[in-house]
Amino acid sequence: MLPILHALQERFGCVPHEAVPLVAEALNLSRAEVHGVVTFYHDYRATPPGRHVLKLCRAEACQAMGAEALSAGLMRRLGLEWHGTTADGSLTLEPAFCLGLCACAPAALLDGEPMAQLDDLALDRVVAEAQRA
Amino acid sequence: MTRIYLPQDAAALALGAEAVLRALRAEAARRGVVLEVVRTGSRGAVWLEPLLEVETAEGRIGYGPVRAGDVAGLLDAGMLEGGAHPLRIGRPDEHPWFAGQTRLTFARCGVVDPSSAGDYVAHGGFAGLAKALAMSGEAIVDEVKLSGLRGRGGAGFPTGIKWNTVRLAEGGRKYVVCNADEGDSGTFADRMLMEGDPFLLIEGMAIAGVAVGATKGYVYTRSEYPHAVRAMRAAILAARRAGWLGENIRGSGHAFDMEVRVGAGAYICGEETSLLNSLEGKRGVVRAKPPLPAIEGLFGKPTVVNNVLSFAAVPWIMEHGAKAYADFGTGRSLGTLAVQIAGNVRRGGLVELPFGLPLRAVIEEWGGGTATGRPFRAVQVGGPLGAYFPESLLDTPMDYEAFARAGGLLGHGGVTVFDDSVDLSRQARFAFEFCAAESCGKCTPCRIGAVRGVEVIDRITAGVETAKNFAVLDDLLEVMTDASLCAMGGLTPVPVGSALKHFPEDFDATARRLPEAAE
Ligand SMILES: Cc1cc2nc3c(=O)[nH]c(=O)nc-3n(C[C@H](O)[C@H](O)[C@H](O)COP(=O)(O)O)c2cc1C
Ligand code: SF4
Ligand code: FES
Repeated sequence: MLPILHALQERFGCVPHEAVPLVAEALNLSRAEVHGVVTFYHDYRATPPGRHVLKLCRAEACQAMGAEALSAGLMRRLGLEWHGTTADGSLTLEPAFCLGLCACAPAALLDGEPMAQLDDLALDRVVAEAQRA
Repeated sequence: MTRIYLPQDAAALALGAEAVLRALRAEAARRGVVLEVVRTGSRGAVWLEPLLEVETAEGRIGYGPVRAGDVAGLLDAGMLEGGAHPLRIGRPDEHPWFAGQTRLTFARCGVVDPSSAGDYVAHGGFAGLAKALAMSGEAIVDEVKLSGLRGRGGAGFPTGIKWNTVRLAEGGRKYVVCNADEGDSGTFADRMLMEGDPFLLIEGMAIAGVAVGATKGYVYTRSEYPHAVRAMRAAILAARRAGWLGENIRGSGHAFDMEVRVGAGAYICGEETSLLNSLEGKRGVVRAKPPLPAIEGLFGKPTVVNNVLSFAAVPWIMEHGAKAYADFGTGRSLGTLAVQIAGNVRRGGLVELPFGLPLRAVIEEWGGGTATGRPFRAVQVGGPLGAYFPESLLDTPMDYEAFARAGGLLGHGGVTVFDDSVDLSRQARFAFEFCAAESCGKCTPCRIGAVRGVEVIDRITAGVETAKNFAVLDDLLEVMTDASLCAMGGLTPVPVGSALKHFPEDFDATARRLPEAAE
């Protein structure tokens, strides 16, 4: 089922509630079973994200390089919580727990592309570029 | 024409490898030089990434860390002929940071083109599988047993014994599953290997298939690793085309094929039974053991589940013999360990070393001390369920038993360094928070205990009924340790308890080191 859910999210940016009965029928499962799977995994969103998605690492190696202050600062400047999207729909902020970039922390994935040794300036640049494109 | 090697490992990309490539192409065009660029994985020196290498008459000469802005100057300095420049590190193999390592598993990583089966073979690849194809399953398993290889995913269970259980299990269809979920913070060895030398994992899994009589393999990895997924999938296609996977591997009569499956952001899916449920398309809830996956695993069939590095160690063992492998290491920790130096260090990256080196050498000699230049204060080894050690435990040797005796665990070999600005009460709180977020929900001590843990730590650090809350915390840690079904709940007390034991001052509300005071 995960490959199907991944494909849905790839196409629509989320796994919409309306998709659950369709997946259930296709796989000959109950809706409750499909719903249970969708909600178990952190990756699947119920609503589409902004035009860009920034996954900021919150795990220990990044913490050791100031990730907590970094994400807190960004959220303050944008007025966002985790999983929030900016009002103009340009950027969604999601937490990640380790991206395998722990030797060049703090790290993030921007639309799937890795970023490292982040600071406030680099994040502000991400925000500005997200607004433009 | 000059050949350039440039990593496309995710860490190198994060540090600007693509910008370097663009600058290189532009400068080369301007100067009328023709370049052939080979994209490799990383050699593991993340502190030198992007580490660019040039093929010269004296072999490959490295320059790093290269930024796009350095490219013109490097070309002016005669980089294409190996010319002198402050970023020149000479032949990487002879650089002390690499020369001091024992690269068995990572020998090719960062050297070869990870998309080319031919390049893999040219660097000695598939020699282990070729040997295994002519051996009985029992003989292969005996060799793995004799090597002393223990699972690199964390628990350190002897790989050969596991394989033998699957080999002897009745049940028609059997499976080989690679645990490439690598959820532990501070670790990236599996990612690096899949991106830099994916054929080695294919080879190791195929040997496992031949040994136990399984014809189908799965690599289960995480959605946070899109580059590793692409590299793995491309390598599987290439291996199939070259006849190293498929119905009749290299005409041996043995069949084995495999595919990659991607998780969906759940740390618990690194636990092997949760992983199997996830592979079956279910919620990643942990299964009670027994039955062991080796007896009833994927779709109820006998299944080998091993970490990436466990499989990846086997080709070397098959090629060079169990004895040669067991000559490295110490006590019951034999062979090499991929140590991943992370967090607040000057020279972060992966170093492959025989078991037994003191933790201090890893942090100080290879890691070069803290990145911030502030004094060292704590290190967490073994991921989010590993212990926090203070300076006084830095002489602990990197081996399974020594770490257990010191109240910690080696886990997947991640070493996360913190300077003196760390507040261990916050790290302990985070351990509970993480457990609460990632618990599969099956058992109460883990699901509820972790939430309670966050509350109790908050009360302690706020100075509310401290004595009473310390007692509650002790009880909680005991219950979680004793009554959790798996190590998620069972080991969360390790980081919490070690923080309490070694850094009690951070939990003292009256004398708390305020973050400002550390500035
Ligand atoms: C919460 C939890 C997370 C785990 N995460 C991983 C992981 O990411 N990768 C891994 O190889 N093993 C992980 N394990 C260990 C596996 O359950 C299992 O022991 C391992 O896949 C066996 O392979 P090995 O013998 O080669 O180490 C985890 C265990 C637990 C309890
Ligand atoms: S300890 Fe936690 S993660 Fe493990 S089975 Fe119990 S609830 Fe699930
Ligand atoms: S801890 Fe942040 S990338 Fe690993």
